[in-house]
Order: sequence, then C-alpha cells, then structure tokens
Amino acid sequence: MTQPHAGPPAGSGPELPAAVRRDILRSAAGLGLYAGAFGASYGAVAVASGLSVPQAMVLSLVLFSGASQFAFAGVLAAGANPFAAIPAALLLGVRNAFYGVPVTELLGPRWPARLWTAHFVIDETTAMAVGRPTRPEQRYAFWATGLVLFTLWQAGSLTGALLGSSVDPAAFGLDAAAPAVFLALLWPALRRGRRDRLVRVRLVAFAGAALALLLIPVAPAGMPVVAAAGIAVVAGLAPPGREPRGADAEEPA
Amino acid sequence: MTALWVAVIIAAVGSYALKLAGVSLPESVLNHPTVQRIAHYLPIAMLAALVITELFDGGQRYAVDWRVLAGLAAGVLMLILKRGLLVVFLVAIGVTALLRLVG
Repeated sequence: MTQPHAGPPAGSGPELPAAVRRDILRSAAGLGLYAGAFGASYGAVAVASGLSVPQAMVLSLVLFSGASQFAFAGVLAAGANPFAAIPAALLLGVRNAFYGVPVTELLGPRWPARLWTAHFVIDETTAMAVGRPTRPEQRYAFWATGLVLFTLWQAGSLTGALLGSSVDPAAFGLDAAAPAVFLALLWPALRRGRRDRLVRVRLVAFAGAALALLLIPVAPAGMPVVAAAGIAVVAGLAPPGREPRGADAEEPA
Repeated sequence: MTALWVAVIIAAVGSYALKLAGVSLPESVLNHPTVQRIAHYLPIAMLAALVITELFDGGQRYAVDWRVLAGLAAGVLMLILKRGLLVVFLVAIGVTALLRLVG
C-alpha cells in the first residue's frame, strides 16, 4: 500500500503541469466521444429490448459498465424471464473487480473514498490511470476519464433511449449494434498478446461461441452466455503451460 | 414493482458490489494466478457467446437476419482495416439499415 488518499475525488495535485492536464483531458474527451455514441446506441437498443427509459437509465447510472448493459438488454430481447439477464450482466462485470487491484494500488483510496472510487472502476478509467507515469497524473487521469465518461454515457443513453422509443430501431439497423459492440470489444484480445497466450485466448473464444450456438435451441434464454462462462473457468483451471518462460513457447492446444 | 424492475436493480447493485469488492478485498484474493486467469478468460468466452446469441438466438430456436449478418461482416472488415470502435459500429448499423431499406 502506498500513500493513502481520502481527499475529494476530483482533487488533483496543484503540482500537475498544465500541459499534462491538457493531454489527459484530450484523451478523456476522445474516450468520452465514443462513450456518448455507444451510450446512444445502448439507450436505443435497451428500449427496443423492452426496457423503459427509466430502467435503461438506472442501468446506465448505477450499473455503469457498457458491455454488461448491452448484455442485459441483449438477453432480455432474446427471451422471456428478465432474471435470466442478471447472471450474464454480472459475470461480464467480474473483470471490473479485478481492475480494483491496480486502481487501489495507484490511487490508494480509503474508506469512505472507496465507496465512490469503486463506481468508476471500468475498462477505460483503469487503462488511463495505469498508462500514466506518476501518482498525481494517474489520479487525475482516473478521475478526469471517469467523470467525462460518466457524464457523456448518461447523456448518450438518455438521448438514445428517448429517440429509440419514438422511432423503429430496426429501421436504423440498431439490431446490428449489440453484436458489433461485442465483437469490437473482443477483437483486440484475439489479435494482440503473446503468441502462446493468443492460442489459448482464441480457443476460449471459439469454445464459448460454439457452446452458445449448441445451447440456443435447448437452453433458456440467457443461459448460452452464462454457460460460456464455464469455458473460462475450465480454461483458467487448466495448467498454464510454460507461461512464465520465453514468449515464443509453443502452447499445446 | 415488476419483475423487470427487480432484475434491473439486482443487476445494477450487483455490478457496483463487484466494483466495490475489487477495491476492498485483500489483494491476495484477487491476485491468485488461477483466479486471474479465469477473470481474464471470462469476458473473452462471454463476448464470443454474446456475438453468437445476438446473431442466431431467436428464443430457444435459431433465427438469422442476413442483413444483420452482412452489417456485422462489414464491421469485421473495418476491424481488419484497424478502424476505431466508432467506425466499426457505425458501418455495421449503416449497412444493416441500408440493406433493410432496399430489401
């Protein structure tokens, strides 16, 4: 544990040069732009899936994790029981818990600061914080990204949900939005990384997809996605091979 | 309160609880190599499954809309061309909408 921090969330050291701040804010604004557009598509998809505008907004405000929200809406659209959407959304959100490790190390939030820091621990804020060299920069990057993203995600979601309830989302091709988002999120993991790990990552993706495909006609809606989580558990429990040594080690597939 | 509202609230609060656990649990729990590997694979397996169910799940039966498939294929092309997320997304829905308009 390093330098614990319990101060106000948006507080940033006065020692941070203006140029650094500008740089961080520029990156945050870029991510925010994406968040606004994705938020709008989420809002429209959510409403088309049967969520009301307030329900779609509760997910954006409180759940606040794009992939999980899309998954919730997607499972809802496919099936009858709304409770089937819960495990898919939560299992996808498990990764946020693991982002807590680097974020805690960098920001060192204590009680009660943990209560509000936790809410902003998502892919983008973690990546932005980890990518900065010094503590003040990391803290500033985390909060700038978190607050910009949160604001634009809400604005986008609301706009999309309101528009989605007044137009036919299918006419705008929005039923292609969710699969495109899922694939775009998955893509970098399939393409980047060490060769030996890549083999296993692709195998996991393929097995997850194949299992889901097989289960569609036999399992209740939502379950094919949850079953795919089982693939991750099996792959994680399997011995990692010769992972720590040489990057070019051949992975027995 | 409808079942859907209850489900929305459980998912929302559950997601926050996961994030809070991440910044509260002792690091040794989350840093276990097996636990980390599972966590690493979890979104990969699930996102792959979600792509499939989005494309083929018609509610306990197979259903495909070729326009959505074509839209996604166009999105894949953008991914291969290393375009940003926003481009991928806009191309996918644009192609689907266009095909629906003409077909």
